[in-house]
Amino acid sequence: MKALVLAEHDNATLKPATRSVVTAAAQAAGAVDILVVGSGCAAVAQQAAAIAGVGRVLLADAPAHADALAENVAEQLLACAGGYTHLFAPATSYGKNVLPRVAARLDCAQVSDAIAVLAHDTYARPIYAGNAIATVQSADPTILVTARPTSFAPAADGGGAPIEPVAAVAVGALSRFVGRELAKSDRPELQGAKVVVSGGRGLGSAENFKILEGLATRLHAALGASRAAVDAGYAPNDWQVGQTGKIVAPQLYIAVGISGAIQHLAGMKDSKVIVAINKDADAPIFQVADYGLVADLFTAVPELIEKLAEPAP
Amino acid sequence: MKVLVCVKRVVDYNVKVRVKPDQSGVDIANVKMSMNPFDEIGVEEAMRLKEAGSATEVVAVSCGVAQCQETLRTALAIGADRAILVQTDAELQPLAVAKLLSALVEREQPQLVILGKQAIDDDANQTGQMLAALRGIAQATFASRLRIADGWAEVLREVDGGLETVAVRLPAVVTTDLRLNEPRYVTLPNIMKAKKKPLEVLTPEALGVDVAPRLKTLKVSEPAQRQAGILVPDVATLVAKLRGEAKVIP
Repeated sequence: MKALVLAEHDNATLKPATRSVVTAAAQAAGAVDILVVGSGCAAVAQQAAAIAGVGRVLLADAPAHADALAENVAEQLLACAGGYTHLFAPATSYGKNVLPRVAARLDCAQVSDAIAVLAHDTYARPIYAGNAIATVQSADPTILVTARPTSFAPAADGGGAPIEPVAAVAVGALSRFVGRELAKSDRPELQGAKVVVSGGRGLGSAENFKILEGLATRLHAALGASRAAVDAGYAPNDWQVGQTGKIVAPQLYIAVGISGAIQHLAGMKDSKVIVAINKDADAPIFQVADYGLVADLFTAVPELIEKLAEPAP
Repeated sequence: MKVLVCVKRVVDYNVKVRVKPDQSGVDIANVKMSMNPFDEIGVEEAMRLKEAGSATEVVAVSCGVAQCQETLRTALAIGADRAILVQTDAELQPLAVAKLLSALVEREQPQLVILGKQAIDDDANQTGQMLAALRGIAQATFASRLRIADGWAEVLREVDGGLETVAVRLPAVVTTDLRLNEPRYVTLPNIMKAKKKPLEVLTPEALGVDVAPRLKTLKVSEPAQRQAGILVPDVATLVAKLRGEAKVIP
């Protein structure tokens, strides 16, 4: 068996999610190749080739692939899929956009958002916003899987796979890229951060959300928010942690003024250590928190920043 | 422009589902069912296109059991002109639904198909993309803004780390994200009106589609539960615990 992993990147840097998917694909199929689809992305292919255990890196480098349009990337993956028993992509907005197109064209089912590989054809995946875990088995000739990056350890460097250019394939004039507004921030990316500080409706206003910035800076943390806080306009949409937002699993997750709706818990309950600060002692967030502090966040957060600034005894 | 909008009947988002003791699935007997929230956003968007003059007809479609007619009546009450149900008691997986929708697209020839980005039961996030691939047309997933002009749809998409705008040539598939719009409340007069709107019932066999499931569900289990934590009395204790016990901060 052999798997082909679709690499996620920005034409310069391989996204860490790809490394986690390599781990998942290796567990499923044993042998793993990587496909890099982009434009001017030779550096990405080199980073992919350096991952330990990768057999070879296929590089489809063409102007048509500059902006990763789903129609073109899917066509390229289809053109390269021959000979592979498994096709893997990250369960990110990139992978989710592309892989179902490939599955439909191959007339095969797709396993979405796999969190564990149980056998080459059998996977565990969350359903109902993570309130249940389904174990599913595919009987299709090609097994297509999007794997949740936070559920698999990233594959480390240590390899030296050959890079093989492949002919670029694209479908042309179905779609075109118009523009991109990526959030610019000095903070770590939400999904890759070791520490996440999240705020909920308890913050009360966008202005009050700034209280969390000092805490995030002190901890080198990414900032997150509950859906309630995003819907209320306190925080930007791309901060949203939850089933309909981002799934995170940092070393430390600090939930401030978050009640703990099911949909939020689904996005953060795999964090290693969870801290909850909320003045409502009955808030459901305390049922998943390792350390709960029943307190007014407007006094507790400044005090926390102050205490963290003191050297450890 | 004709718009096809696809709706799925799912367990209401406020219901906390329970796994059956025999691990054969989740218990949905006597549980409140509703329209998938992302699909509701899709119906609302179709209505806004009609109200803005871009769309001339809005057709709501659903696939599943007979009770999906209720879900379609809701779409009609929001404002869809007519509805089609592909009725079956069979388990429907995303690829099968995409094939059924593809057959309906062949029949109806809409310029735009709107679906929710995912259903909140199986959380698959596949059907829209699969439908676009089967039709050989463009897709714009996770839409948070949609504009139609000159045979193209310009769509603002919610992607990891920000927003991206793509233009897709019509006919195309668009899947909705949360911030595309806020669906209107359904009024009683519109619920009454919806009862008189046409609702056609078809079968997978009539459309010539094999809906046999491809993925076998071996079991459905409870997620791993976190160990209950502790309450700390003050911030100083919290910092001491994080440093000494959890070792997650220096």
